[in-house]
Amino acid sequence: MSATSSTPWPADSVGLVTPRSLHFDQPLALDCGRSLDSFDLMIETYGELNAEHSNAVLICHALSGDHHAAGYHNQDERKPGWWESCVGPGKPIDTNRFFVVCLNNLGGCGGSTGPSTLRGDNGKSWGPDFPIVTVRDWVRSQHQLMQALDIPCWAAVIGGSLGGMQALQWSVDFPELTRHVVAIAAAPRLSTQNIAFNEVARQAILTDPDFHDGRYAEHDTVPSRGLMLARMLGHITYLSDNAMADKFGRDLISGNPQFSFEAEFQVESYLRYQGRSFIDRFDANTYLLMTKALDYFDPARDFDGDLATAFERTQARFLLVAFTRDWRFSPQRSRELMRALLQAGKSVSYACIDSPLGHDDFLVPVPDYLKVFGQFMNGVAEEAGA
Amino acid sequence: MKPEFSIISEWIEPGSRVLDLGCGDGTLLSLLQTERKVSGYGLDLDVGNVAACIAKGVDAIHTDVDNGLSEFNDQRFDYVVMTQALQVMQQPDKVMLDMLRVGRRGIVTFPNFAHWSLRLQLLLSGRMPRTRALPATWYNTQNIHLCTLKDFEELCEALNIRILERRVSDDQHRNGRSRRWLPNLSGQVGLYLLDKPQ
Repeated sequence: MSATSSTPWPADSVGLVTPRSLHFDQPLALDCGRSLDSFDLMIETYGELNAEHSNAVLICHALSGDHHAAGYHNQDERKPGWWESCVGPGKPIDTNRFFVVCLNNLGGCGGSTGPSTLRGDNGKSWGPDFPIVTVRDWVRSQHQLMQALDIPCWAAVIGGSLGGMQALQWSVDFPELTRHVVAIAAAPRLSTQNIAFNEVARQAILTDPDFHDGRYAEHDTVPSRGLMLARMLGHITYLSDNAMADKFGRDLISGNPQFSFEAEFQVESYLRYQGRSFIDRFDANTYLLMTKALDYFDPARDFDGDLATAFERTQARFLLVAFTRDWRFSPQRSRELMRALLQAGKSVSYACIDSPLGHDDFLVPVPDYLKVFGQFMNGVAEEAGA
Repeated sequence: MKPEFSIISEWIEPGSRVLDLGCGDGTLLSLLQTERKVSGYGLDLDVGNVAACIAKGVDAIHTDVDNGLSEFNDQRFDYVVMTQALQVMQQPDKVMLDMLRVGRRGIVTFPNFAHWSLRLQLLLSGRMPRTRALPATWYNTQNIHLCTLKDFEELCEALNIRILERRVSDDQHRNGRSRRWLPNLSGQVGLYLLDKPQ
């Protein structure tokens, strides 16, 4: 669906979009050894599938993302989808050329089957009993989605951060179905420090008295303090030191020290605001699952820890993008991916974008980033005949 | 097409794996992909050039060649090419050795600082020469390691690098007869095909 001139959104937006839910009856075997008898995936699509079904691209979301990558759900929606900067008519993921699929991952809280949805067997919400899912599990579920949408092969699988990891996993698990991969601000696996941050976030949630071992829904409450802390911690890692200093400085809200523990510095009120607004839209059990999926991600594990060997089977052309100030998944991490792909002799391009924000830059329309991304996607479209 | 590129294209065997250091907008690799069916990568420091390469269907790595080629394994490529970039390198000798570590053969082109017009400029004006190929002033030039054909060949010998072929040409890259006689005086650009006995 595209916007018309009378609509309140910009011309380069996909405009009004409607999510839909797809039901899957085939059992899905999971890495943890358990399986799901059936599941639902909430998806959004933009653009049209061409006659040859060759122009489909999959967008994978990051830690706190969902299926709503672009456009608006209604006229009054203030904020568009999370990747509005890159998805739309004339944008790098050009909806005039591609049929774009974005989903809420399994275990999510955006409408796909997850801890906050009801179980088929007992009518209660899954809560902490929802199995811990991995990036490979997600890719498997996305493969079922691909079949349901009658897509024979992805022209590209694309994502930033944890989304980029899914794109990489696609190329390893389904080499013949993945023509191109765009992995932005990603990493071959988490560093020890990354896992440590995730653990603090999880402990904030797990030790919240309102967590009730994950059965907070039954107690009619939410572990809001823990979830808020987890999000605050996350936001610290999404911005560079410089970007935070530029944005908030050390200015005191009231001008002078109040000698209290109220939010006195701008950065404190920013983090509290980000934390609080997260509680309204996110589920604590889902947050735990997502951080675990990050921690476990390691495509080299099945190949004696050798990433180049893991990539040997891939058939995709790769684009890796990193951002200079990103310290969560620094450019060095993208270069590890690049080195493994070079060693495997694969087609890969790499760009490191000089930009101020840090990890969050992948969501922002940095001109050099859009240029590199757009040129690559133009090649994808040409190959797909789109 | 740049005549320099057509000479390089002649030297490169079809189906080779090529690494282009300081690949610019990817013109050479794009040409080699079409004419010689090569595969490979371009390396460049400028993100705009990386985007231009990608636009041409050339795989490009955004990196500073001065930081070395440590991400590439030994003898990974049939040719490592560096056109008109040797003189901007921090350590041209190290780069040459690295080239012939990751590649079986190296191709290097550079402006010859001993060309008669440069010699004459220095002799008559007493100032650092400037030409169409080397237009910058001494204080803002990126060309920090200019050399002559003789200098380059001496370095090759010192590094145990073998010169398999040499061409010299003027800035239109014409290969006139006279340049075979006094190459270091008459050639504006030196083109070399190299290898290093293991």
